[in-house]
Amino acid sequence: MKASARLSAITFDYSSWTMLILVWGLFAMISDQFFTWNNLLNVAVQSSSIAIVATGMTFVLLAGGVDLSVGAVMFLSAATAGKLATANVPFGWCVLAMLGVGLCIGMINANIVTRLGVVTFVATLGTMYVGRGVGLWITETRATPLPQSFLNFGSHRFLGLPLPILLAAAVIGVSQIILSYSSIGRHLIALGHDRHAAEKAGIATDRILRWVFAIAGLLASLGALVSLGQIGTVSPTFGENREFSAIAVAVIGGTSLFGGKGSIFPGVVIGALLLQSVESGLVMANADPYLYPIAISMIIFAAVLLDGVRNSILAHRRRRPIFIG
Amino acid sequence: MNETKSTSGLELRSLTKSFFGVQVLKSIDLKISPGQVLGLVGQNGAGKSTLMNIVGGNLQADSGEMFLTDLPYFPRTPRDAIRNGVGMVHQELNMFPNLSITENLFINNLPGFRRILEHRSIKRKATEQLRKVGLNLNPDWLVASLSVGQQQLVELARVVAADSHVLLLDEPTTSLSDSESRQFFRLTRELADEGRIVVLITHAIKDVLRHCDRVVVLRDGSLVAQEDTKQVDASWIVQRMVGRPVENLYPAREPMAIAKSSTSAASARDSIVLRVDKLSHPQTLFDVSFDLHSGEVLGIFGLMGAGRSELARVLMGLDPHASGKVLLESKELSGGPRHRCRLGVGLVTENRREDGILPESSIADNISLVAIDRFANRIAGLISQLQLKEAIRQTRQAVRMQSHLEDSQPLKTLSGGNQQKAILGKWMLNKCRVLILDEPTRGIDVSAKLEVYQWIHRFADEGNGALVISSELEELIGICDRILVMSLGSITGEFDRGVFSQEAILEAAFSRHGSRSSVGSGT
Repeated sequence: MKASARLSAITFDYSSWTMLILVWGLFAMISDQFFTWNNLLNVAVQSSSIAIVATGMTFVLLAGGVDLSVGAVMFLSAATAGKLATANVPFGWCVLAMLGVGLCIGMINANIVTRLGVVTFVATLGTMYVGRGVGLWITETRATPLPQSFLNFGSHRFLGLPLPILLAAAVIGVSQIILSYSSIGRHLIALGHDRHAAEKAGIATDRILRWVFAIAGLLASLGALVSLGQIGTVSPTFGENREFSAIAVAVIGGTSLFGGKGSIFPGVVIGALLLQSVESGLVMANADPYLYPIAISMIIFAAVLLDGVRNSILAHRRRRPIFIG
Repeated sequence: MNETKSTSGLELRSLTKSFFGVQVLKSIDLKISPGQVLGLVGQNGAGKSTLMNIVGGNLQADSGEMFLTDLPYFPRTPRDAIRNGVGMVHQELNMFPNLSITENLFINNLPGFRRILEHRSIKRKATEQLRKVGLNLNPDWLVASLSVGQQQLVELARVVAADSHVLLLDEPTTSLSDSESRQFFRLTRELADEGRIVVLITHAIKDVLRHCDRVVVLRDGSLVAQEDTKQVDASWIVQRMVGRPVENLYPAREPMAIAKSSTSAASARDSIVLRVDKLSHPQTLFDVSFDLHSGEVLGIFGLMGAGRSELARVLMGLDPHASGKVLLESKELSGGPRHRCRLGVGLVTENRREDGILPESSIADNISLVAIDRFANRIAGLISQLQLKEAIRQTRQAVRMQSHLEDSQPLKTLSGGNQQKAILGKWMLNKCRVLILDEPTRGIDVSAKLEVYQWIHRFADEGNGALVISSELEELIGICDRILVMSLGSITGEFDRGVFSQEAILEAAFSRHGSRSSVGSGT
């Protein structure tokens, strides 16, 4: 490998770290409030919901698919919880119902993809519309205030750390261990890299896809729960466009949209922190609110661009000769 | 043969398989006893890989039965096959470069979370498996960091590590060095001695004679011969691979056609339409030189990996060449395919479905794809529909496309033959001077084949040059004025019409394979 190629490989491998450090440095210069323990903790709490959702998304992306329905899953499970909570169902049952809804939609996605052979993009686009539609129908497009138990859950502390952070950390930690050390994790990377090769190697590709979508659905509803714990209300736009935030988090963290490459730790952590830092940094800098989406989209664009460049470099390197003479 | 022994092996009974109406396997019956290394040989397209893919679970036979140790065996997926102890090493690499060697080796039987606790013992196991195939590597390395030959050996190690009883190896030695392939054959012998079945597909007949116990010859989807390798020699095998008497599948072509046209065009020097001078491309083409004359149909024959299609890509400008020159009517060609299309070079690709056609577009759009600019109005840049329509009508007639088809019909609804004619029409409308045809009759029926051949002859007779690349030797013999033979990236033979001989051409095609493996023939 040439020195320049090695340098570019290092730059790309650590591009997400570089971006995070740059963003933090920038906001630390603009506002002396930014780089304080409280603010960073706040950023971490606010990013934990999307980090959990993005963990599920990363599994799907690594396996070579995409799940557009996670935002709708968040909304539908939140709507279910709202409906149950207004009927005075205890908090624990509401949580179980939420997770059940997420798992169910995940399984529906899984079966559409594996049994009907629909492309993941299209299958989950369908469940995204259906999910949001059903959610709007349940809530009658009205905002549903939730009981105090949800907010208590969101502000609960354990060992001095807010529960959302601990939950996100647990999800990310367990997921990365599954990814690195379980056969399902290694198989899904193999599957994402080359589906046909994976089949020829005797990997049960359908089973892995089903698992991946079920997990993505489950984690989306868990992400919804964490988010509700901070907002306390199910608004009709809850979870809207969160699928794109989740994809952005995964991609910023170095997960390839082409599958087979990426990580949950540290990828998702960096991605979620970066996205949230930009948002709260802009708030602190008193920036025009209309700038937020532009700034965030720039970051996403930079990340996706880097992903594309990284992949074309890899593809170029991977081109192997027909034979060695 | 010893009947009681052979029943406990692998048995295939009247297996048949068709692709898109073309029968590629015609009732194959085969018994393989344990402890044997079987060499499966045949020309390209004889059905070797298809047969092995059926046994390996990648494909399903249309009819017939298989038995493994006397039990019915129906693998629906490679996973089924692997669970039944049938492992396959494919012609192309099937590795996961982003995973470690250990993970690739045990992909079907990953130690899971134990891996954290038993890292050492698993590493030792992986090292052991690697040593069996003669590799001394750190199993924690990513497969991406290995050479192609090493990857091929790791893939073999994967099949061995899965403790397969039947090992199907599809041309596994093509990217191995001499010492690697010696180690490879030592291993196949050991595996057979342990009572396993090893099936080896290879083009290297010398390897079959030296390292296999039995040889099975396939030709056109039929099993035409099987014999103990001790009873046969190389010429016996080649004769059976070639075998079929040439029927009248090809239009008549006079041996003197090229000579006549070149004398009428004053001198042979002027009539060269394409000159290729010492063309090289890293690791695929080495100093390839030849001339293509006006009016000539020049064939290029070679085995898989000989560099035929790579040559076509370089000539078309799809891949850059490292050194050498390509001259079109004594003007040097440079630049990409767009530029070369304009100058009159065309390429009929070998994968029609993937990169030859726009399947969703109409016949008219496909035919006018390259030449559409020629019908644009100079000032406004708009296409003259009337002129274009007339040109398409004439082109369709010239390529003998069936007249009942509508111009607006999507190309994917057409038969392979008519699709191919649309491609020929596309280049014809662009007034090509040199047309490179890579496997021009793959997947089309016999009558369409004849029409394609006739069109190629007419195209050449109009003073153009046709370069026909094919893995079907009979086809080249049937239609070409001259045949060049490539072997591992070099031209190793040239034959004029009239002195075509299948044996001699095949020998030239095998020549560099033979010399490579004979290095280790000291014994």
